[in-house]
Amino acid sequence: MKIAVCIKQVLTRNWPLRVDESAAWVRDRDASFEMNEPDAYALEEALRLKEQHGGEVVVCSAGPARVTQVLREALARGADRSLHVESDELAVADARGVADALATALRPEAADLVLTGLQSDDQGFGQTGVILAELLGIPSSTIIMDVEVHKSGVHVKRELEGGWFQWVSMSIPALLTIQSGIHQLRYATLKGIMAAKKKEIRKVRPGVVPDAGYAIVQLYVPEKSKAVQFIKGSSGDAAKALVRALREDARVL
Amino acid sequence: MILVVAEQHDGMVNRSSWEVVAVAQQIARSKSDPIKVAVVGVDVEAAATELTKADVAEVLVVENDQLAVYTPDGFVEALTALVQAESPQLVLFSHTYQTRDFAPKLATRLGRALVTDCISSKMTPDGLVLVRPMFQGKFVADVSLRGAAPHFASFQIGAVRADAAALGKSAAPTRRIEVAIDGMAIRQKPEAPFKEAKQAVDLTQAERILAVGRGIKGQEHLSMVQELARALDAEIAASRPICDAGWLPMDRQVGSSGQTVAPRLYLALGISGAIQHLVGMKGSRTIVAVNRDVDAPIFEVADYGIVGDLFEIVPALIAALGE
Repeated sequence: MKIAVCIKQVLTRNWPLRVDESAAWVRDRDASFEMNEPDAYALEEALRLKEQHGGEVVVCSAGPARVTQVLREALARGADRSLHVESDELAVADARGVADALATALRPEAADLVLTGLQSDDQGFGQTGVILAELLGIPSSTIIMDVEVHKSGVHVKRELEGGWFQWVSMSIPALLTIQSGIHQLRYATLKGIMAAKKKEIRKVRPGVVPDAGYAIVQLYVPEKSKAVQFIKGSSGDAAKALVRALREDARVL
Repeated sequence: MILVVAEQHDGMVNRSSWEVVAVAQQIARSKSDPIKVAVVGVDVEAAATELTKADVAEVLVVENDQLAVYTPDGFVEALTALVQAESPQLVLFSHTYQTRDFAPKLATRLGRALVTDCISSKMTPDGLVLVRPMFQGKFVADVSLRGAAPHFASFQIGAVRADAAALGKSAAPTRRIEVAIDGMAIRQKPEAPFKEAKQAVDLTQAERILAVGRGIKGQEHLSMVQELARALDAEIAASRPICDAGWLPMDRQVGSSGQTVAPRLYLALGISGAIQHLVGMKGSRTIVAVNRDVDAPIFEVADYGIVGDLFEIVPALIAALGE
């Protein structure tokens, strides 16, 4: 079974975010980057499916030269080879732009399963996977907690809201967006890191990035809707003041 | 015309669909546009009747036997036909799991984009601007719509109040629309929804909740949190990453994929406040947040905040509660 996994590179979770000169994106020059965490769960699911059923795991990322970092990381964790749709424009592309680039790389691969994370930690549109399925002409199912592979297709457990779940059957090829947290993530071993150096990162030329249909005109820190009362002072003093406020003002203790 | 795609389960309108009706009414006021609300499915009369109470031009019942159970392919087929027939300027959804499952596909099939997870909208000289969180809620973005209609947008659950939706003087007319769906186009075979084994902890009934997030750093630090929970007489809860890591069981999770709670006291330790967490707890009466990062979104919903190291503050709180 050939499994493709789409991975986005995003700013490191604790990176201090500042709006850049364009006022429409954050300053990311000299920033540190990491694998989008929800995508790490998609990779983990793919590696486990390969362990059970055999086959190949191909990782794919769309972005500027720097995204080879997350492809190397995925190869070190056990992916077999990788595709890099390289373009500076893709650094800030919207979901449709990224999905188009990924589709360009994945169409010739004709993978049996395409896995993506649920959403990205930067733009958070939560739709790249579903758009990609439509572009590839394959069925999709989202927020998947469990994947069973059968001869002719997959049987997947979808998370619904409010503690409900549902099993869905689909023929393959199919695309699944994987819910975060369904397995413990593995880390790259030293052996994996060494092996990754010999694995392929194939460059793919992007097609024309489609017109988005919308544009970010301004990015800013949200206004506080509720005035928070910050309690200052040493930890001991702040703790005492908070307990007093909760007992005497809020009366919740 | 603004088209609201309502969501229903077993004839009950999803509360968040009423929120989107309210959003549509806000946008329509500045553009003087009519609003139509679509309900998709089989046996959805009860839901349609409920929606006719809204101050809207029309309720559209989109029917086909292939829509008896929800599938993304079935909904995309039905709504593609509906959007082509009705030619709305704007199509609005609530940003539910179901919407996330089909709406991106619908917009793509119609050659358009979908702006997801919006929290508000505003009319500007350049047209409609949608406001949505980015970077895990640390920023919000003004997004302006470009190109030809229709435009597609989903609104975050709880972005506006459902009771903000204006009701009409009389019931809105209902129109049934038969759409043709090729059964072969539906590639998903869904089974009946089910619940996992009964949840051991019902956090919704707790008076006080002490919730922990990534800031706790390791499972070994939970004993300190348990001690504080005893001192507060609070139930322990957690944000998703803590349950994902297996440090606390899944039934302790608060947020969009866990429980929605509204206790008298919600104390968040080391929780940054990703929107998926906030939707599960922002209705709490008194919210206290302890976090190292003064810009953490959790402080936006908090009544009291302490910016600092929770490893110092938790023992100090335990001591202060003992006094």
